[in-house]
Amino acid sequence: MSDITEPTPEERDEPALVSMRTADIVVACLFLVASAIVISDSIRLGFHWKPNEGPAPGYFPFYIAVAMAIASAINLARAVISKSEADETLTTRTGVFRMSAIFVPAVIYVLATSYIGIYVASAIYIAAFMYFFGKFAIWKALAVALTISFVSFMMFEVWFLVPLPKGPVEAAFGF
Amino acid sequence: MEDFSSLMGGFAVAISGYNILLMVVGILLGVIIGVLPGLGGANGVAILLPLTFGMDPTSAIIMLTSIYWGALFGGAITSILFNIPGEPWSVATTFDGHPMAQKGKADEALVGAFTSSFVGAIFAVVLITFLAPVIAKFALRFGPAEFFAVQFLTFASFLGMGRGSAMKTLASMCLGFALASVGLDGVTGTLRLTFGYDELLNGFKFLVAVIGLFGIGEILSSMEEGLAFRGAAAKLKMDAVIRTWRQLPRMAVTFLRSCIVGSWMGITPGGATPASFMGYGLAKRFSRNGRNFGKGELEGVVAPETAAHAAGTAAMLPMLTLGIPGSPTAAVLLGGLLIWGLQPGPLLFVEQKEFVWGLIASMYMGNVVGLVIVLTCVPLFAAILRVPFSIIAPAIVVVCAIGAYTVNNSMFDVWMMLVFGVMGYLFTKLGYPLPPLVLALVLGDQAESSFRQAMLTSQGDVTVFWHNWLSGGIMTLGVILALWPLVSMLLGKKEGDDKVTTTA
Repeated sequence: MSDITEPTPEERDEPALVSMRTADIVVACLFLVASAIVISDSIRLGFHWKPNEGPAPGYFPFYIAVAMAIASAINLARAVISKSEADETLTTRTGVFRMSAIFVPAVIYVLATSYIGIYVASAIYIAAFMYFFGKFAIWKALAVALTISFVSFMMFEVWFLVPLPKGPVEAAFGF
Repeated sequence: MEDFSSLMGGFAVAISGYNILLMVVGILLGVIIGVLPGLGGANGVAILLPLTFGMDPTSAIIMLTSIYWGALFGGAITSILFNIPGEPWSVATTFDGHPMAQKGKADEALVGAFTSSFVGAIFAVVLITFLAPVIAKFALRFGPAEFFAVQFLTFASFLGMGRGSAMKTLASMCLGFALASVGLDGVTGTLRLTFGYDELLNGFKFLVAVIGLFGIGEILSSMEEGLAFRGAAAKLKMDAVIRTWRQLPRMAVTFLRSCIVGSWMGITPGGATPASFMGYGLAKRFSRNGRNFGKGELEGVVAPETAAHAAGTAAMLPMLTLGIPGSPTAAVLLGGLLIWGLQPGPLLFVEQKEFVWGLIASMYMGNVVGLVIVLTCVPLFAAILRVPFSIIAPAIVVVCAIGAYTVNNSMFDVWMMLVFGVMGYLFTKLGYPLPPLVLALVLGDQAESSFRQAMLTSQGDVTVFWHNWLSGGIMTLGVILALWPLVSMLLGKKEGDDKVTTTA
């Protein structure tokens, strides 16, 4: 298998994994959930008029959330009745695979940053991506990844004095 | 005349060796950001913002605006050579730019694009030079009602002038306002929507949202489609510059039209992307060569590039004078100003004269420097694209993560960046526009507090917004724009609108 970031000719006719319509419905529902959360907290805070204080803290969010709920309800209704959107592809199996290839490691990377520092985590993340998905030779991947990490270390910690999360490796060098 | 001498004073600030160096560095970084998919003007500036914390505000803003100019220039390079728009506002440039490259006229297309970018930007800067002091003086008399009216107009114009579904625009905008209201309520000190989580005390940082929505979101869609750069090699000889410049005077009308359209779209928060489409669409309709558009007509490159740059630059005008950014990138710059302790708005022109005029002078300088750099360094920038995407993609994620962390030194923000990234991907795919969300997140607090102050002075009477002709006029215009989608739907104009979007 070659570099997965390059498109292949056969993927053009791939069937949709998720259609636009499904995604539209899901997103509209999430919008409604968000509206409900905001409305419930606004009711707790109160959205009435307070003498000498003006509108209560919940006033603005309440009406914003009501507007959001109405707009999302219309979006939801449109998506449900829409026929044309059902045939439109949001993404395919290959698409999801490619996106997970960058995103799932990114989640692990962010998690790892809290323990081993951002520089080491970045180097591993870049090297691993290049090696597993870009089909680079391991030494090339390591060279690129270590260079990027080293340059960003110099830039942030030494030149611009912006401290980033560091772990045991940096500590061993006295940082 | 007083303003003229201030501007000269500004030039004296901007022309110092250190500031010119920052301009060059900024523009180089900006062009790289513009060329790379996944890094755009808004998130590029957001990521590089922390690097400027140690500088004095004038130098810092010069560097950041230069990054922005660079990004505006850079977007055209990939559009023309590879048919891949590096930035959303250079999509329209691909229509004629890439066919020109296929015909072997890549050099002319590039020179045309850069030159017209330059013309558009300078037009907008001249506009800023003359209009900004006037607007700022005028806005000094603004009270809460007038400020809310202007903010209302800003958001209403997203609904009235936006392309695509108005309901999706509204939903996206309201989500921005809702996210902005999370945390400490500025007026009463009550905690809102935090549900007991300490991380939410300070609310959502819009810089994190920008990095996630635009940066991570863009990387996800680039990954999904896969990226392979196979395109024309770029060689730029000086005779191409002369050859192209000879053709340009014929297009004076197109230049002027795009400049005006662009400036208008930039001042009202239409932004550079719709401006470039409008510039292209108008040129196609009115130009004598209109029929050849899409087949590689130089005028088809000039029109969108001029408009995009005029819009991108003009977006700075409301940001400086009213504190209302005209585009997501201007919003990020506004965030920077706040971090340096400068409150954008009319008072800036009174209290920080030197800063304002230094900035305006640097806009002239930055664009001149930018034009020279891009004309001389095109092959270098095109070479960046030979770096495989499997190196660029993880590197951009790392850069975004660092950028999100440095906003507030918190890992929570990095997690939020990932969440915003998924949101950005889905929203873009489904046609929920991102700029209204970002601007609502930036302006939410201000809009809310000016609304509440105005309501308080009037003891809850909504007619306060119509208490004088100024705020009344702005509010009325805002209401008309906000209701426009509804009106046009009722009048059955929807078909006409759709036609415009497909031709543009």
